[in-house]
Amino acid sequence: MTQGVFGTSVKRTEDPALLRGKGLFVDDIKRHDEAAAAFVRSPFAHARITSIDKSAAEAMPGVQAVYTTDDVRSLGPLLAQVAIGKLRPLLADEVVKHVGEAVVMVVADNAAIARDGADAVLVDYDPLTAIIDPEYAATNETLVHDELESNVIHTWEAGEADAVQELADREDTVVTSLKMVNQRLIPTAIEPRGVLAEWQHGYDRVTLHTTTQQPHAVAGALALTFGLPGVNSARVIAPEVGGGFGRGLNVYAEEMLAVFASRELGRPVRWIETRSEASKSTIHGRGWTATATIVSEPDGHFLAYSLVGVADMGAYSQNFSVAIPVLGQFTMPGQYKWEAIYWKMDCVHTHTPTVDAYRGAGRPETTFYVERTVDAAARDLGMDPIELRKKNFFQPEDFPADTLIGMTMDSGDYGSNLDILVEKADIKGLRAMQEAARAEGRYIGVGIATFVEACGLAPSGFADAGVSWAGYGLPSAFNESAVVRINPDASATVVTGTGPTGQGHETVWSQIVSDRLAIPMERIVVIHGDTKDTPMGIGTGGSRSVAVGGVAVAIAADRIKEKAAKVAAHLLEASAEDIVFADNGAHVAGSPDKSVSWTDIAATAYQPHKMPEGMEAGLDMTAFFDPSNLTWPYGSHVAVVEVDPDTGDVDLMSYSAVDDCGNIVNPMIVAGQLHGGIAQGIGQALFEEAVFDEDGNLLTASLLDYLIPTAADLPSFDLAKTTTPTDANPLGVKGIGEAGTIVSTPTIVNAVVDALSPLGINDIQMPLRPKRVWAAMQEARS
Amino acid sequence: MYPRQFDYVAPTSLEEAFAALGDDSKVMAGGMSLIPLMKMRLFSPDVIVDIARIPGLATIHDAGDHISIGALVTHGETASSDSVVANATALATAASLTGDVQVRNRGTTCGALAHADVAADQPAGALACGAVMIAQSASGTREIPASEFFVDAMTSALRSDEVLTSIRLPKTGAGEGSAYDKLGRRGGHSDYAVAGAAAWVKKSNGSIEAARVALTGVGIKPTLASGVADALVGTDGSDAAVAAATEHALEGVTVLEDLYGSEEYKSHLAKVYVSRAIKQALANI
Amino acid sequence: MEVSMTVNGREVSGDVEPRTLLVHFLREDQRLTGTHVGCETGYCGACTIHLDGKAVKSCTILAVQVDGANIMTIEGLASNGNLHPVQEGFWERHGLQCGFCTPGMIMAAVSLLEDNANPTEDEIRHGIEGNLCRCTGYHNIVRAVEYAGAKMRGEEPPPPDWEEGS
Repeated sequence: MTQGVFGTSVKRTEDPALLRGKGLFVDDIKRHDEAAAAFVRSPFAHARITSIDKSAAEAMPGVQAVYTTDDVRSLGPLLAQVAIGKLRPLLADEVVKHVGEAVVMVVADNAAIARDGADAVLVDYDPLTAIIDPEYAATNETLVHDELESNVIHTWEAGEADAVQELADREDTVVTSLKMVNQRLIPTAIEPRGVLAEWQHGYDRVTLHTTTQQPHAVAGALALTFGLPGVNSARVIAPEVGGGFGRGLNVYAEEMLAVFASRELGRPVRWIETRSEASKSTIHGRGWTATATIVSEPDGHFLAYSLVGVADMGAYSQNFSVAIPVLGQFTMPGQYKWEAIYWKMDCVHTHTPTVDAYRGAGRPETTFYVERTVDAAARDLGMDPIELRKKNFFQPEDFPADTLIGMTMDSGDYGSNLDILVEKADIKGLRAMQEAARAEGRYIGVGIATFVEACGLAPSGFADAGVSWAGYGLPSAFNESAVVRINPDASATVVTGTGPTGQGHETVWSQIVSDRLAIPMERIVVIHGDTKDTPMGIGTGGSRSVAVGGVAVAIAADRIKEKAAKVAAHLLEASAEDIVFADNGAHVAGSPDKSVSWTDIAATAYQPHKMPEGMEAGLDMTAFFDPSNLTWPYGSHVAVVEVDPDTGDVDLMSYSAVDDCGNIVNPMIVAGQLHGGIAQGIGQALFEEAVFDEDGNLLTASLLDYLIPTAADLPSFDLAKTTTPTDANPLGVKGIGEAGTIVSTPTIVNAVVDALSPLGINDIQMPLRPKRVWAAMQEARS
Repeated sequence: MYPRQFDYVAPTSLEEAFAALGDDSKVMAGGMSLIPLMKMRLFSPDVIVDIARIPGLATIHDAGDHISIGALVTHGETASSDSVVANATALATAASLTGDVQVRNRGTTCGALAHADVAADQPAGALACGAVMIAQSASGTREIPASEFFVDAMTSALRSDEVLTSIRLPKTGAGEGSAYDKLGRRGGHSDYAVAGAAAWVKKSNGSIEAARVALTGVGIKPTLASGVADALVGTDGSDAAVAAATEHALEGVTVLEDLYGSEEYKSHLAKVYVSRAIKQALANI
Repeated sequence: MEVSMTVNGREVSGDVEPRTLLVHFLREDQRLTGTHVGCETGYCGACTIHLDGKAVKSCTILAVQVDGANIMTIEGLASNGNLHPVQEGFWERHGLQCGFCTPGMIMAAVSLLEDNANPTEDEIRHGIEGNLCRCTGYHNIVRAVEYAGAKMRGEEPPPPDWEEGS
């Protein structure tokens, strides 16, 4: 019997099925008589479709239907939660706007025939000029969509440009400015996207299995697109999902199209994307070009900070679209006190695949800019980068701390956290080692970056700030719901609105309930990812699940506890205030022998005639939770690298981190989230980049060329923590899903630039492939 | 993900294989290079001739004055064979750096050579080690020196009716050593070669009597850098001599830019790895 | 074409097109869906199985190529309901998150430990280089393989390296 105690590394309840190969992912669920879809996709970034010849495909044995935009135009475009900019037609309508855009859908008896059919469709194109460079797009010299007035579909702006400029113009200030690209990434969850659509004729309802992080949003989009009586007629199920990272925080055309085909053909329809399709039809992330400027006094006192640039949105707006950069705005000032700040980000369309949420979504970008520029400022000022950070951090007594960008940060002790890293990683020793290595002509770098993250995405009031989030016909909000139900046999069922893709919600939510109600973990089942069961859910993203959804579970459990205490008090002839829960039951405080089991409590609760006078039967509680604020985890990371001066090859020698995510439910799971996050950020720093040629062809469309880290590329990570709870929720938890990704990218780049600083190198464009590092060294040497 | 339709034959003798081969057929051993191309529909032969069931092709054989590696010997077997490590160190190293464990368990050395990918590792090893390719067909056996085998991008001297049944490697004599080194796509030795080089040297009485140096990754095909070898011969193999010889690395090579390097960078890397391979080959004597 | 093979100790056969990949034969014909497909190029390793005792990528093999072979998939790894030490290690050391790469990763790790009973961290990392994981950063996968290796050698596994407590 395992009791899940808050703060304990309970083994995951998710694992037994997954370890045995019994986990059910979308492609593992089979239906009798199912058909398969395949797509003809555009080879051009911008071209007019002059003809489509479906005849050969339609004549092929086993091909059931071949659909073009004419068949689906009446369904309207693909809905977006934040509907700003050009929305995507479900199938390309006259003009294709990015390589990989779906033009024709072929449905056949199996996937191989569907592919054969798609290959047999002949599409003729008249190529048009493609706009790939977001900075060029922002000039509006050529329009991406003729029907829009501007390629700039939204501009985020905050702070005062004049105030920053005034400080920069002062003669006694030091101005450090870096223009940097935070390159476009491809999320690359290892499970490809997939859908299984089942239209139930007669009932006119649909069930859709899909690889999503937000089933309720997909249900909302289905209900609107297909004119269903309500979201109750669209059941969306996210079964086991093989990775999220933001690619599942979306609604996709293939989801709508598979449902359409199922409705038309009266058969279940499956579509599983290939990896090369994933690179062009699943969202991309990042894609910023911006200039960061720090104005300091000569003693290192920070005065002003500005970040101005463009964010590439791709050809079509989907889901969050222009709302991604504003998440970055929250953390744009970093952990530093400024006297003036300015932020402006133009969101622009280009003829490329859609850019949307990718792990961290906005916050890795702004953290990268500020942390890279702080290091550059340290070089300009001749100061140690650690001392410069500590000099300008918000101090413990500043919290709750108001930033000039209009946010209030809950709690923090940034200096102590960094001190622990300095001690633990022996940064003094590393500097001595670096010095000795330099004397031998070796280039070793020690890179530090620190961060504060705005996560636990909430409160709901944000939904009313700036843009509408109601594109799926659902109320704009950032709360979460939970149901905790004690069944008649005293087992417990927890229903959550979060959409986990490996974060261990089943385990952690069970721990929260077990901790509060003293019911063993084995007796708790957590249901997630099925809109039939959950009252509502915004989904899993923005490191919000535990701080919003997990807290909703705790509140529902507390409501159960309150009622169950009355039942136990009735059975024990005691006062409800004296009842405590322990060992799968309850007893009177101070008298463990005066006890009842949960079996007795549940049995009583479901027999009205045995209940206390006037009390309704049942033990089933629902809670909705909307936090008072975002949560603000933070941390300090250090990487040590060695650069081969002959080749520019970067060897990542070690990586250490001290993170603070408030209270922790399961330390094992928190460590796992950090490891994975750090690895993804390292991937951005060293390897990953979606590369387009000037015609908009994606040159990195397979895992052969889109390089993600392997085990052999990474060291083990040395983690430690500090604990500063938040007051934004009753559990004091902050969230940890994105922290590693947010800070590891600038940590690595700072380390490489530090290694090469004797050459006078101040910046190298990511990813730091050997070719770029060598080119920077060549330029510096000559 | 789904190849186009094709016919499949699995002969149990070379004669049956020869009979099945024609203009639109392709020989398959491990299939590690071929099947991904077929799945992406970048290559769709009408007939696949699977030679894996032909007896006698799966061995590394010591024939006294040379060793031979059969068509079905895997990268992993080449890499771990004492005989290959001792007699063709550069090829064994190259095989050990090919793909990943699963690929090395299934892909074959001869298949990798026949595929003639410029970014592959083993072609450079075969060139430096002086391999001879044994190509058999219904019309007889051709012995093709490695130096004449890699003719163009992804193109070998094999005819569509031929099977590369084995390669022969001269045994290492006194004063001889070879080595292979590369920069991989994710840095270090990972993945395909951005640039790499293999070198074989023979030293006697303190001077280099003979040498072969080969490049991979930089041009359109794996290539012998004859200028380097010529410049090395007669020298003492000192660092200065290696540096001077390395300057000839790109003679006759058209360096091509790709995602992993500019022409300038790849040209530079070619020299770096030629130098490293020669020095390691000298150390391996 | 008719193919027959031994899968997880059981004789199976089927009628397949020559183009049928082994992974599709296992998943579709044999309904062994633990072996996953994550890419097209033989890079991700999610489809790793054992073919005649060696780890291979079943998405890069035609079913007809392995007629008569002996195959083991993730479903055949546990014996009498007991997890293999590698499966146990992944559970004990949190070597999986979403679980999609896990079957292939486990099959690669089992093969690694069969070839090298006491691998160094570097050998473990190179041994699973052909299996991509996007969730764990590989840290805990390495710990899981170390755990399993110790168990298989009859030694006490090293303790977990996460810091306990809230």
